[in-house]
Amino acid sequence: MTTATTASTTARTVKGVLGEKLGMTQVWDAENRLVPVTVIKAGPAVVTQVRAVETDGYDAVQIAFGAIDPRKVTQPLKGHFAKAGVTPRRHVAELRTADAADYELGQEITAETFEGGQKVDVTGTTKGKGFAGVMKRHGFSGVGASHGAHRNHRKPGSIGGCATPGRVFKGLRMAGRMGGERQTTPNLTVHAVDAEKGLLLIKGAVPGPRGGVVLVRTAAKGA
Amino acid sequence: MHKLADLDAASLRSDIPDFRAGDTVNVHVKVIEGNRSRVQVFKGVVIRRHGGGLGETYTVRKVSFGVGVERTFPLHSPNIEKIEVVSRGDVRRAKLYYLRDLRGKAAKIRERRDSVPSMKGGAPAAEAPAQQD
Repeated sequence: MTTATTASTTARTVKGVLGEKLGMTQVWDAENRLVPVTVIKAGPAVVTQVRAVETDGYDAVQIAFGAIDPRKVTQPLKGHFAKAGVTPRRHVAELRTADAADYELGQEITAETFEGGQKVDVTGTTKGKGFAGVMKRHGFSGVGASHGAHRNHRKPGSIGGCATPGRVFKGLRMAGRMGGERQTTPNLTVHAVDAEKGLLLIKGAVPGPRGGVVLVRTAAKGA
Repeated sequence: MHKLADLDAASLRSDIPDFRAGDTVNVHVKVIEGNRSRVQVFKGVVIRRHGGGLGETYTVRKVSFGVGVERTFPLHSPNIEKIEVVSRGDVRRAKLYYLRDLRGKAAKIRERRDSVPSMKGGAPAAEAPAQQD
């Protein structure tokens, strides 16, 4: 079970759908220009809970997506899905939206939520890069290739002073695990929507590997 | 990319003639000037075919007023009105980058004669040997 909440303090109308990233390809637009697109199999997601200010303190819609083996669903979750009158799903996400009251329990959300030309934010889990050095992980410049550099071409260099402060500051950027974290790519354009196949064609790249679950929702910034 | 084969099929063109590196082609390119469009012909030798599927491209080279000009086109671009194969070239490479260093007669490519059986194995006469491209 993964749960995600979209933080937003102002009351905005947000539409969103969960989907699976299928991969990237390219298509030609109306002016015969080549457009790189990411294809997302969006939905069908179902509304599993509607939150209201009176009961929960904020307005939001909880949506669920993806098949799951019924034996793997815990009893509390079984009850939660039964309350909405839907079969259990693998992934759950919450959308904070002002018009939450317009949604009904069990309502289906498909790719048709969006239309071509719309701006969206896409959230996913980035590809894991393993234990990565500072050049890859933080974009450090490394050390010179020559001028007497000895076996330290990709090292970070100095990590602080000596007796003052006598320690390494917390949060100093160093090598370590990279990727596999939640990331939102903002302001992507929906190139086209294939309602029949439930596909969203989004211009540009989105986080995560093929087969990864992504949350597509109305752009937070911009028009 | 297998999952997207259905999606890509809509953009694939079926009217692409069979051609390979070494062939001389006329590429009819649609040019849009303001609000009217016309067709420009780019004639030259195909020096490479690159990639596969929807993203496949080919590069055509010609020498224009003594200056070599190369243009790379997406194979399935809707901007191409049509591709005409003018002649088949007899070459032994898939990428003809060596043509860039050659001038005049040395840069000429012999025409392939399909009716003559090849040296080894004896390719079928009369009909074109099966191409790998």
